[in-house]
Amino acid sequence: MSVKQERRNFIGLAFGAVAAVGGAFSLVAVKKTWDPLPSVKAAGFTTVDLSPMKDGEMRQIEWRKKPIFILKKDANMAPNDKRDVVVGDSRYIVAIALCTHLGCIPEWRASKQVFICACHAGEFNVDGINTFGPPPRPLDIPPFKIDGTKLVLGETGPEYEKLVAQA
Amino acid sequence: MAQIRKSTGIIDWLDQRIALNKMMKVLVSEYWIPKNINFLWAMGVILTTLFVLLLITGFLLMMYYKPDINLAFDSVNYTIMKEVEYGWLWRHIHAVAASVIFLIIYIHTFTAIYYGSYKKGRELIWISGMLLFILFSAEAFSGYMLPWGQMSYWAAMVITNLFGGIPVIGDAVVEWIRGDYAVSDSTLTRFFMLHVCLLPLVLIAVIALHFYTLRIPHVNNETGEEIDFDVEAEKYLKGDKANAKVIPFWPGFLAKDFMYIGFFMIFFFYLVCFHFNFAMDPINFEPGNPLKTPPHIYPEWYFLWQYEILRGFFFDIFGFSAYNIGLIAFAFAGIALFFMPIYDRSDVVAPAHERKGFFVWFWLLVIDMIVLTIFGKLPADGVTMGISNSWIGFYSTITFFILLLVVLPIITTLEKKRGGK
Ligand code: FES
Repeated sequence: MSVKQERRNFIGLAFGAVAAVGGAFSLVAVKKTWDPLPSVKAAGFTTVDLSPMKDGEMRQIEWRKKPIFILKKDANMAPNDKRDVVVGDSRYIVAIALCTHLGCIPEWRASKQVFICACHAGEFNVDGINTFGPPPRPLDIPPFKIDGTKLVLGETGPEYEKLVAQA
Repeated sequence: MAQIRKSTGIIDWLDQRIALNKMMKVLVSEYWIPKNINFLWAMGVILTTLFVLLLITGFLLMMYYKPDINLAFDSVNYTIMKEVEYGWLWRHIHAVAASVIFLIIYIHTFTAIYYGSYKKGRELIWISGMLLFILFSAEAFSGYMLPWGQMSYWAAMVITNLFGGIPVIGDAVVEWIRGDYAVSDSTLTRFFMLHVCLLPLVLIAVIALHFYTLRIPHVNNETGEEIDFDVEAEKYLKGDKANAKVIPFWPGFLAKDFMYIGFFMIFFFYLVCFHFNFAMDPINFEPGNPLKTPPHIYPEWYFLWQYEILRGFFFDIFGFSAYNIGLIAFAFAGIALFFMPIYDRSDVVAPAHERKGFFVWFWLLVIDMIVLTIFGKLPADGVTMGISNSWIGFYSTITFFILLLVVLPIITTLEKKRGGK
């Protein structure tokens, strides 16, 4: 009887091991199934020509399904070397237009010179730096490259690297 | 194998094979319910009815709904609403039931709190019930997204972004949940799967568990009296029905429930036919637009109190960012009521009006949650009676936590020291 019992314990153990390995592998597979598809990951680049923009103008464009703010600073807006994208002799603010709190799109109020997020009353200044409310950090800067007067989103150029290094 | 004889009829044939009579006794005809319970105890049966309605109308809607971001909006707002015969009816029943089911869930939950039905021996009823609340919330949210209107889109955006608050892996988790960098088609199809398949399966299983947890401790009653169900059932079976404190679930108890279901259904179809709009946000009749946020985002009414707790903290405290405090408070609010059996230190099982301190506490909690609900709907940057909405939100959020985590343990400990009521 005791021999048999040991065999059963062994069979139970062996089954447990096989099931655990199988379970672990299938968890990995399930996780990967939910990951973004390759076609999504390979989402393209977006190129914008900055030259037609006027001083103080604000534009919203789309990159990788996300809205992007581009604001050309005018003479009244203080330069900020940590956040400005300098192209020629103009300064721009380029930022992912999603509030760093929960992802709503803040609204640009030209009169008050702030970005206001209506959802939970978050505020960002001209430079996209959070000044009030729950947003935990300034608006994110998307990877970009400068190509003459054009801005290429999705690629990282030296100007981007410099900004990120300062942040 | 049991001895199978030639049967005398269908019932007998089934009885020999699946012990039909025994099963009916266990499930209904000898499942004992106390006599002294009021209409508030009918909410369970009403919830079951609503759940069945949601299932059936859900099947009908699923035949025409298309889980694709380019087609979803029109498949609901054009095909189902205009082309499919009676499609509008199924949609309105589905939407109204989804909203009203939360009203009944809240009544059901607060009844349990009022009468102390989460205590001594009944903890699992309470815990499985709270689990159902969480599951229904997930079910409601995943369904809200499907018509792909503006509010659906931005609700999905905000709620999936919440997971970004998880330390270190937050951003990766958000991407994983969405299956894309932004809320998009893959997000819609997986929420569709959750809403119509996985979550309903889990819900049905947990509903069965919730019913089962009642079977042994039995349902509580209006006075919190501890009834010896075996003794009382004996009396009833011997024919002393007048003196027995219990009646069988069927036919006694259910007969009364059917009456309440009747009243409720009249109210329900009144809503479906004349006031279906309350369950439909006007912003959601605009197709989802990832490049434009509606000026003011708010969830359906039943999530407002939690939503207000999320945004209740808007400034940093002791170096913790407002963002993190808000998220933690929100996450905790979602599960806070799970721990009622722990906060309540006293063993007294009695209705709140017989427990002075607890009675006051109960109504303060209800009022606080109503205030949270109202301010969850108002814009965060508004001002009410000279006080900014943000501050009112902050104080009522703090009140919520103090009531549960500090006041309740204290008053119930005192109650215990006094030795009862
Ligand atoms: S999403 Fe902007 S403040 Fe919450």
